[in-house]
Amino acid sequence: MRKATILALTMLAMPAAAQERGLLLAGACQGCHGVSGGGSHGIPAIAATHRRAEFAAILRDFRENRREATVMGRIARGYSDEDIAALAAHYAARD
Amino acid sequence: MPIQRRALLVAAAAGVLAAPRLARAQQGGGRLVILGGGFGGASAARFARDHHPDLEVTLVERSPRFTTCPYGNLVLAGRRDIESITFGYDRLAARGVRVVHQGATAVDAGRKRLRLADGAEIPYDKLIMSPGIDLRWGAVEGYDEAAATRMPHGWIPSQQPITVLQKQLEAMPEGGVFVMTIPDNPFRCPPGPYERISMVAEYLQRAKPRAKLIALDAKNGFSKQPLFQDAWAELYPDIVEWRGASEDGRVVRVNPAAMEVETEFGDKVKGDVVNVIPPQMAARIAREAGLANETGWCPVKPATMESALVPDIHVIGDACIAAPMPKSGFAANSHAKHAVACAAAALAGRAAPPATYFNTCYSHVGPDYGISIVGVYRGTPQRLEEVPGSGGISPRTAVLGERAAEHRRLEALYADGWYESITQDMFGIA
Repeated sequence: MRKATILALTMLAMPAAAQERGLLLAGACQGCHGVSGGGSHGIPAIAATHRRAEFAAILRDFRENRREATVMGRIARGYSDEDIAALAAHYAARD
Repeated sequence: MPIQRRALLVAAAAGVLAAPRLARAQQGGGRLVILGGGFGGASAARFARDHHPDLEVTLVERSPRFTTCPYGNLVLAGRRDIESITFGYDRLAARGVRVVHQGATAVDAGRKRLRLADGAEIPYDKLIMSPGIDLRWGAVEGYDEAAATRMPHGWIPSQQPITVLQKQLEAMPEGGVFVMTIPDNPFRCPPGPYERISMVAEYLQRAKPRAKLIALDAKNGFSKQPLFQDAWAELYPDIVEWRGASEDGRVVRVNPAAMEVETEFGDKVKGDVVNVIPPQMAARIAREAGLANETGWCPVKPATMESALVPDIHVIGDACIAAPMPKSGFAANSHAKHAVACAAAALAGRAAPPATYFNTCYSHVGPDYGISIVGVYRGTPQRLEEVPGSGGISPRTAVLGERAAEHRRLEALYADGWYESITQDMFGIA
């Protein structure tokens, strides 16, 4: 409940277009990490698990091949810095 | 407590927030009608209901139960029960989607109405069509609906459950031959036939180890080809034989009475079980509505998934032309979310959001052995293209070295996670 509230507050504070960008990009994450980002079957949880800067750093590490991956490297290489920031804003815990 | 946070908590307590829905300023009311309750349509209904509360959302789907194409090959191999890949629409209805279990017979694009089998009409402001595919009966000579009972396709669960093919496979004699024919591109689920080869081979190895599988393919290359071929050589070397077009693999004729298929250059191949995956096209209602072009598939605007031919209609999923994206469930789910966002934006008089689409397709090739292909795509008014440097297939075993077994094990596990996540998403289960 608290996490959901914080997520809601974070989203409320963002410009609508950036918020929608995060939501649409997150649509892909949901395909494996679950609708709420809770993970399952060895797929890690991503919702409210890291602060925003950490979340973005992890995605950049996947993108730049600095972090061991099965599929996430291949996915993250499709993301711009802006995409990563939007995803971090969508999923990350409050800074 | 910092003042800003206190103020926001007061706002939250006052019930201002209905997150994670989008801010109300972004909303525009309207009637969103979605045709087809598969990976595209069900996902669209869920997403619209969750994030666009001002839209009236109606989902029209003939059948009260939906069996997925993904994981059908695991049912075929005896690793899954068909019930475990079959879903209803109750949870979507409980979330506020108006679910209408009627066949749709026509689209009246001029009056913006969807006509149903019972004669009723559903008016729409925006229509999202996710009607799936039809088989091109007769495209392989002799392969018609009657032939499909002897030589099952197992490619459209609502028309022929995978259990039809499964029963034939189980009844196949020891030392028998399973023949599969595979069409040229484009078709639903590009890695599907090759996952099926793998799953049938796994079953044969376990249950009928002297049996053979002969796959006759109308093309020379296919999705995840090096990974599948490595795996077949490693796991099923005495069972699987795949013949591409250059080895006379293109089947042009079938003879169901003789349980025989014939290739382009006249080679006749007899099977104890014959699985014909025929050429395909967009489902009839989309073609009759004038949404398809001469290819039989529906061209769309890459930035919005709107029909390139008929206004106020989005076409998503397998029926649309979204190359280089594959016709996959994940792709349909991705189209769906973007199409809903674009339809809602148009109704609210806003510009469409930037288009990014995704695909992740896992295939099971053996126990604890999964592989994948991934793609990230951008849609602009001019084209749909893969983001350079992104995506691609799992590394080959030679590249992975000693990490290979763990990599394959994880991808098989993640495939199960994907299946659970996406079905929970589309059917509103979680």
